[in-house]
Amino acid sequence: MRLKKGIPVIDQGDKLGFWGGKFGGNFVPETLKKPIEDLEIQFNKLKNDKNFIKERDKYFRNWIGVPTRLIKLNNLTKKVGGAQIWSKVVSDANGGAHKIYNATVHCLLAKRSGKKVIIGDTGAGYAGKMLSMAAKKFGLRCKIFMGAKDIKRQQPNVKAMKKNGADVIPVYSGSQTLVDAVSECMRYWVANCDTTAMCVGSTVGPAIFVRICGWSTSQISRELKVQLLNEFGNIPKKVKLYNCVGGGSSSFGFWNEFMDYDKKQVEFIGVEAGGPAKSKRHAAPLTYGSKIGILHGAAQYVNQNSDGQIEETESISAGLDYPGISPLHCFLKDTKRARYTAASDEEALKAYQIVTKYENLRPSLEPSHAFSVAIKDAKKLSKDTIVIINSCGDAYKDRGILEKKLGKKYVKSN
Amino acid sequence: MLNPISLAFKKAKSEKRPALVTYTVAGDSSKKQSLEILKSISNYADILEVGVPHNTPVADGGQIQTSAYRAIKNGIKMNDIFQIVRDYKKNKNSKPIIFMGYYNMIYQYGKNNFIKNCKKSGVNGLIIVDLPWPENKIFSKHCKKNSINFIQLLSPTTSNKRLKMITKDSHDMIYYISMLSTTGGKLKVSPKKILSNYNEIKKISPKKNCVIGFGITEKTISNFKKTDGLVVGSQICREITRSLNNGQNPVINVSKMVSRLRKKIS
Ligand SMILES: Cc1ncc(COP(=O)(O)O)c(C=O)c1O
Repeated sequence: MRLKKGIPVIDQGDKLGFWGGKFGGNFVPETLKKPIEDLEIQFNKLKNDKNFIKERDKYFRNWIGVPTRLIKLNNLTKKVGGAQIWSKVVSDANGGAHKIYNATVHCLLAKRSGKKVIIGDTGAGYAGKMLSMAAKKFGLRCKIFMGAKDIKRQQPNVKAMKKNGADVIPVYSGSQTLVDAVSECMRYWVANCDTTAMCVGSTVGPAIFVRICGWSTSQISRELKVQLLNEFGNIPKKVKLYNCVGGGSSSFGFWNEFMDYDKKQVEFIGVEAGGPAKSKRHAAPLTYGSKIGILHGAAQYVNQNSDGQIEETESISAGLDYPGISPLHCFLKDTKRARYTAASDEEALKAYQIVTKYENLRPSLEPSHAFSVAIKDAKKLSKDTIVIINSCGDAYKDRGILEKKLGKKYVKSN
Repeated sequence: MLNPISLAFKKAKSEKRPALVTYTVAGDSSKKQSLEILKSISNYADILEVGVPHNTPVADGGQIQTSAYRAIKNGIKMNDIFQIVRDYKKNKNSKPIIFMGYYNMIYQYGKNNFIKNCKKSGVNGLIIVDLPWPENKIFSKHCKKNSINFIQLLSPTTSNKRLKMITKDSHDMIYYISMLSTTGGKLKVSPKKILSNYNEIKKISPKKNCVIGFGITEKTISNFKKTDGLVVGSQICREITRSLNNGQNPVINVSKMVSRLRKKIS
């Protein structure tokens, strides 16, 4: 299995949509073959269409607000005493997380194909919130599928979705989290694909959704590259890019532009959710050696039992609480371009406390996983190493959990 | 010699009626009970689809999900499902069995091992919801070699060009999904429209036995008497749920329901 240079990773799949010959694909009911093919044709055309790119960039610039900041965390760097610690504050983006890029692109595509309704899944509620924002912006009706457990634990985002006029449909099946929300959303699409567009909230699902999402979030690394050049005059000799990995959309987008660099120069570290320290359950299929299986239309490493039933996950962060992982990351793991590890619930909470103590930055629980590993690694790294963490979400949505776990003083009132 | 599935269609045709195909989930609500259900409905049904329960189904509606979760919760495993079929096939009155499920269950079992065990236990056909054409080409050939009917699915979104290619690669039986829906949805398209699509398929592929599924219930079934076969699933699963909730015996109630369905198309 090999990663090719000079070709975008999203375009390195084969004719049937498999990366490395085995990850991804289109394991979908016959009914969805046609709408998926339509979307493929549309996207393949538009992604090379200058006018479409211009339109995308216009909304990215004026509405999402690009670029998001790249900042040095001076206090944290001093405190840790090793590598330079930086953060790309992707939570600056309109809505507060990277999910806005994919949502915007899907709405642009839906508009062009004449669809009136767009549906999507959500875990942490960001994908849903962003889709509801973009749908409102582009005059589409919007339905969001969300696990009942997640609805309870991510109320601020649920409120935002409703305020934007979206229907939030609670999903009560299975573990009542993201995995069930994606299933229910796909089922709804099976029944309504003639009138409705679907947005998958991460780089998961049938191959075309993986590609569209990866293409959209790559905005993050396009910006970062420019910012690094502005800051350092070149891409520094030792860069390490830390990112939490749920489905894998923010991490893929954070890394994409640096794919062709030697990993000794620009290393990618994906941090999965290890779950509670005391629990056997986790959401870290790459770290803990899960077997390849099929979930939501794609072959991937996925938590499952020996029979092929998908296993329940457990994580304090709803956004990472998913048993599978993008085929793109399976590919990056097996080609050894990226390495993957996990942080536990407790480690993420601790990292959140450290970051908020020393810096004016409030990463949500998802990026707190990445901060945890980055801080540990940075201690052992040389001063000329540039550690960058994607702070891809804001902790506002987690205030309920943070207050419960850490007490009131960690929750600012806004 | 005709395979058992084709024979079942032939017999129904000789009686001038569509074949009645039922769908129940293996292990719903227990191994023993699902076997009892299969045995008792064999008096009225021609072909039995046995659902292999999966916990992330992307095309099943509420009723079938409920049945599948019940079966999984009661501990059903792939090997138990093969055992149910083996036990069922010991009956004199046994009918052709078709497994219906999702590809991950087969993938984890091992494709070759799965087909081998299908053959050994007496499974006659496979419907794999999320292994469409052309992804299923190699696997379906492999099934054919082992005398297992790989049943291709067609839907209202299938283009004519695609339809021709799919039916060319199909075995004796094909399955037309009546409408854009998960299983268990209300019939939202007129029977006339469904039959016209069905006839289109038959024109292109007159020799294959084509069944219609999704939205077929006691209420709607008599609209489709002039077809090769009809699949009823969700209504049966719902009847199991209803019986359990009311403290009644699902075996008796389901058997009665299937008998009524049969009368309506005879
Ligand atoms: C803030 C944040 N970070 C990360 C994730 C994980 O998703 P992904 O791996 O696709 O970036 C989510 C998902 O909801 C999220 O809300």
